[in-house]
Amino acid sequence: MAQIRIENVRKEFGAFTAVQSSTFTIEDGEFFMLLGPSGCGKTTTLRMMAGLELPTSGQIYIDGEEVGQKPASQRDIAFVFQMFALYPHMNVRGNISYPLKSQGMPRAQIKAKVGDVAEILGITDILDRPVGGLSGGDRQRVALGRAIVRDPKAFFMDEPLGALDAEFREHMSEELRALHDRMGATTVYVTHDQLEAMQMGDKIVVMNHGVVEQFGVPQDIYDWPATKFVAQFIGSPPMNFLDFNGRIGAGQDEVYLGDVAVKIPPSIDGAEGALSLGVRPEHIKLDDNASYRGRIVATEYLGTTQIVTLDTPNGVLKARVASSDKITEGQTTGLSFDARTVTLFENAQGRALRSRANEGVLIHG
Amino acid sequence: MSFSVTEPSNGTKWFAGILVIGYALITIAPLLWIIATGFKSGPDSIAYPPKVVFEPTLEGYVNLFTDRTRATQDMLDAAGEPQTWYDQIARDQGTVITGPSRYGERFMNSVIIGFGSTALCMLLGTAAAYAFSRFRVPLKDDLLFFILSTRMMPPIAVAIPIFLMFRQLGLSDTHLGMILLYTAVNLSLSVWLLKGFIDEIPVEYEEAALIDGYTRFQAFYKVVLPQAATGIASTAIFCLIFAWNEYAFAVLLTSGTAQTAPPFIPTIIGTSGKDWPAVAAGATIFLVPVMVFTILLRKHLLRGITFGAVRK
Repeated sequence: MAQIRIENVRKEFGAFTAVQSSTFTIEDGEFFMLLGPSGCGKTTTLRMMAGLELPTSGQIYIDGEEVGQKPASQRDIAFVFQMFALYPHMNVRGNISYPLKSQGMPRAQIKAKVGDVAEILGITDILDRPVGGLSGGDRQRVALGRAIVRDPKAFFMDEPLGALDAEFREHMSEELRALHDRMGATTVYVTHDQLEAMQMGDKIVVMNHGVVEQFGVPQDIYDWPATKFVAQFIGSPPMNFLDFNGRIGAGQDEVYLGDVAVKIPPSIDGAEGALSLGVRPEHIKLDDNASYRGRIVATEYLGTTQIVTLDTPNGVLKARVASSDKITEGQTTGLSFDARTVTLFENAQGRALRSRANEGVLIHG
Repeated sequence: MSFSVTEPSNGTKWFAGILVIGYALITIAPLLWIIATGFKSGPDSIAYPPKVVFEPTLEGYVNLFTDRTRATQDMLDAAGEPQTWYDQIARDQGTVITGPSRYGERFMNSVIIGFGSTALCMLLGTAAAYAFSRFRVPLKDDLLFFILSTRMMPPIAVAIPIFLMFRQLGLSDTHLGMILLYTAVNLSLSVWLLKGFIDEIPVEYEEAALIDGYTRFQAFYKVVLPQAATGIASTAIFCLIFAWNEYAFAVLLTSGTAQTAPPFIPTIIGTSGKDWPAVAAGATIFLVPVMVFTILLRKHLLRGITFGAVRK
C-alpha cells in the first residue's frame, strides 16, 4: 500500500494537451476519485499513473519511488478496466491467476491465493467457467479478483461501473467501497458521475480541459467550489449563479443585486466587474418578507423535495424546498439566501473569491 | 402495420436445401470428374460418350510416378517376370519402368515453397499488422497505401524485371527465391487482412497483461496471438492457396531444382502421348494438401471470411 504523488504531470498528444501541469497527492489507503466530464484528461491521468501512457513531463511517485517513465509491468499496481478486459481465452481461474503466473509463483500457492480471493468476492462456484457467459456483475468481480489477488501497491479503476446497468451499479458500488475498507488499499477511481464520486470517495479531484479545478474532500468541494465549473458540475441541480456587475472590497460582507443588499461571508479578495453570486438550491428560501423578488416559473416534484424554477432580475434560479410547501406557478415571491453558504465568483476567470468561509478550503485547492 | 420475424415454412426450407445441394453439385462436379479420370484407363478417359461407370485402375498413378519406355520383346525377355504390382500395370500397357518420375520431387518443392512462403508471410505480416494497429508509426497511412498499391497490378506484369533481378542475385530456380517471391506478393494481403483482425482486438487485453506484470512481447504472444488465431488461420489459407496454385512465375523462374508441381503437370501430357489419367492423378494429389489444410482450419475460416460483417 502506498502514497501516490503527482507533480507537474503534463501529457501532450501531438499538438493537443490532454493534461496540463497537474499536482496532487493521494494518501496511503485513500479512496480517491478523479472526476470530470468526458475528455477532461481524467483517464489519461490515471493511465499515466498506471504506466499505460508516459507523461510528457513531470514526476509520478508511488510509495516514494519515481515511476514516471517506468513501464506498467514494473509498477506493482492493478488496473480495473471499464469493459473489464478479461482474457477471453481463459476461464475465470486462469484470469485471476494470470498476474501471479507472471511472478513465477508456484502452482500450489497460486491455487490457494485464487481460492482466497474467490472466497472474498463470492465467486468460488464459477472459477472453472469460461468468462464469455458471465453476467456483468460476475465479470466485474472477476476483474476485481484479478486486481486484488497479488496485493498491489495501489488499485486504479477506470469507470469500472460504467458498463453495468443502473440498478446493479448501486449494489456494486457498495460492494467496491466495502472491499476497499476491508483491504485498506490506496484506490484511484475515475468517474464522470458526480454522485458516484461523492458517495464513494474519501477525496475528489475535479478536472476540466486537462486542468485540475479543485482537489479535496467531497463536502468541501460541494460546499465551497473553487471555480464556477466545479460549482456547476457537482450537485444536481447545480449551484445557481446570480450575475451582476459590481465591486467588492476586502472585508466587505454584503453585495448589491440591483438595489437589494445581500449578506455574504466577509470577503478577503477584492474584485470589480462582472461577478456572480453562487447559491446552492437548498440554500434559497422562499420568503415573502424578503426584498429580493423572483417569479415562479415551474416546479418539479421529487418526492421529499421539489425543485422550484424562478425568474429573477439576475438570471434563472432553481431552489430546493420541501414538497409540502404550497407553490403556485406564476406568483412572485421573495427570496432569501443563507449568508453563511454563499460563494462569490469573478466571471473573467470563473474563480471563487476567497472569503472568511471558504479560505480554509481554497488554500490547498 | 407491424413486422415480425417468422420461421421459414417447410416449403421454403426444402427449396433452400435443394438450391444449396444443386449449387454444391455444380461446383463439385469438375473436381469429382478429375478424381474419377485419375482412376480411368487411357481409352476410358477419352471415350465418347464419356464413361461415368468404368473399371478403376491405378494406371494413371503408376504413369504419374514413373518414367517408362515402350517395351521391345528383347527388353521383356531381359526383365523377366514383373516383380511388383506397378511393374505389372506398366507391362499391361506394353511398357517397362525405367525409373521414378520427377513428380514426387516437384510435389515436395510445392510443399516447401508453398508452406515456407506462407509461414514467412504470417511471421512478417502479423508483426507488421500489429505494429500498424497499435503503434504510432510515422507516415502510417502512406505506408499502408504503399503496401496496398503493390497489389494494384497483376504480379506477372513485373515478371521480366523479377526474372532479371533473380538472375543477377542467383535466385533463379531456387527454393529461397520462390519463397521470397511468393512472400512478397502475399505480404500486402496478409498485412491488410491481419491489421483488420488485430484492430478488432481491444487494446485493453494487452494493457491488462502489461499491468499484470508481462512485457509487451509477452502480452503480444500470450494475449493477442490467441485472439488473432482466426485471422491468422484464414489469412494463412489465402496465402497458401495463392502460393500453391501459382503457375506463371513458376514457369518463368523455375525449370529444374525448384520447379513446383503446377508447371510440371502439363509436361506429363508431352512425354508419352496425351496421358489424361496421369494428369488427373497429378491434379488430384496436388489438391490434397490445400484441402487438408483448409479442413483443419475450417472453423476459423468461416469466421475469417465474414470478418467485419458482425461487430463483436
